[in-house]
Amino acid sequence: MLERLYNGIIKENPTFVLMLGMCPTMAVTTSGVNAIGMGLSTTVVLVLSNIVISMLRKIIPSEVRIPAFIVVIASFVTVVQMLMQGYMPDLYAALGIYIPLIVVNCIILGRAESWAYKNGVVSSAFDGLGMGLGFTFGITCIGLLREFIGAGTLFSVRILPEAYEGATIFIMAPGAFIVLAFLVALRNKIMSKKPAVEMGCSARCDACVGCDGMKRSGV
Amino acid sequence: MENNLKVSASPHIRSNNSTSKIMMTVAIGLLPACIFGVWFFGLRALLLLVISCATCVITEHLGQKILGRESTIEDFSAVVTGLLLGMNLPPAAPLWIPVVGGVFAIFVVKLLFGGLGQNIMNPALAARAFLVISFTRHMTDFSTDTLSGATPLMRLKSGESVDTFNMVIGRCAGCIGETSVIAIMIGAIILIMAGIIDLKIPGTYIISFALFYIIFSGHGLDPYYLVAQISGGGLMLGAFFMATDYVTCPITERGKLIYGVFLGVLTGIFRVFGASAEGVSYAIITGNLIVPLIDRFTMSKAFGYGGERS
Repeated sequence: MLERLYNGIIKENPTFVLMLGMCPTMAVTTSGVNAIGMGLSTTVVLVLSNIVISMLRKIIPSEVRIPAFIVVIASFVTVVQMLMQGYMPDLYAALGIYIPLIVVNCIILGRAESWAYKNGVVSSAFDGLGMGLGFTFGITCIGLLREFIGAGTLFSVRILPEAYEGATIFIMAPGAFIVLAFLVALRNKIMSKKPAVEMGCSARCDACVGCDGMKRSGV
Repeated sequence: MENNLKVSASPHIRSNNSTSKIMMTVAIGLLPACIFGVWFFGLRALLLLVISCATCVITEHLGQKILGRESTIEDFSAVVTGLLLGMNLPPAAPLWIPVVGGVFAIFVVKLLFGGLGQNIMNPALAARAFLVISFTRHMTDFSTDTLSGATPLMRLKSGESVDTFNMVIGRCAGCIGETSVIAIMIGAIILIMAGIIDLKIPGTYIISFALFYIIFSGHGLDPYYLVAQISGGGLMLGAFFMATDYVTCPITERGKLIYGVFLGVLTGIFRVFGASAEGVSYAIITGNLIVPLIDRFTMSKAFGYGGERS
């Protein structure tokens, strides 16, 4: 089961490796609080929907499985949305339309399709937990960095002196892309044990056969 | 006799040109506008230019060290980027602005995309856009000790009158290197004489912008507005020095014409219909992004390809 958690948080981190759920990743990571709220509510939905779909996997015919998944996911999203509206109205207002949009978050549908529909209940629950925590970790990193560079605060606590002028671009959409790119690069740098095999020209120009040559020799 | 028959591998025609020579010439071409900016706006402008250049060169050196590449600061491209970035700053900008901009231009826009020749946008302009979005207050404040804040284009946008004679000479509010049409033209003539740039891109850019302005602005052929629009803002500097950047402009001759027209129309749209008075830098950045497409569609066919099959 730990393997599932490791897989979700590090090996197949939905934000940095699978590149899933990019819509909330870009949109709600303007601050650490928003990001962690989004991540945790997605995690709750993910775990619950994975459990239910895994339990129903023998009953749901494979022809109509996608609509069935959506119904299950949408039910849980509605529950989360109402709970959040009732108990955390500030966060609810900040996340806005992105809460109902958890329904179509591709991580949730992706895990239902690729894991919960084929595996047991416990394994699916841990898969959902791992993926959810991985997503939360990923977008919270992005949110904190954007908040720090853009406003000089972390979780709304001022770290840098008042005189620091935030680079507004990091609060806006381009900043999300820049931060995401840097974090993905960092993760690849840390995780890659050997350099990726390079296609194309090596340093030896005399040995170069060109792209056609490579295709011919079946590389 | 034997020696005459030896054949070397191609290329057979060699030019003495090199990246560093071209970049040095471009830097020289930028000098008149820089000198005018320093003369008109004072020593603070010089300080901004120097900081900007120094940041770019140091970033290039350190950045290439970090990325494990050979340092290429001797090719002068970082100096040109630094000069262009500095010339695109308002004279009253805080001194840390060129530092932030220089690091962004060289490290993020240039080195991370693979260094000189690989960057998809003009580094100086991308950094300018970054700065304008991030620090809007500093980047749009053009007031100095002797000038009120509004640039001629802002005044035109809000319906005030401008002095076109002073705009051509350059005695008006604006970024350090963009105000003087005359100084920019001197630099441009140096570059054209040296064969570094030709008139294809700047010519089509300015003409198509003028045509767009005549048709859509509602002022028609009024020379007052036309002269003010062409000599105001960054159009001249952008057309001659930034749109013609070798890395980010099309390589085909037909492509250059298409690119120039695209920039002219885009600048026209931004200036006439947009919310802000200026649009040259965004137009050129957007143009940079479609350059690979333009190149692909205007690439000439190799001899023997194409045509009807018999």
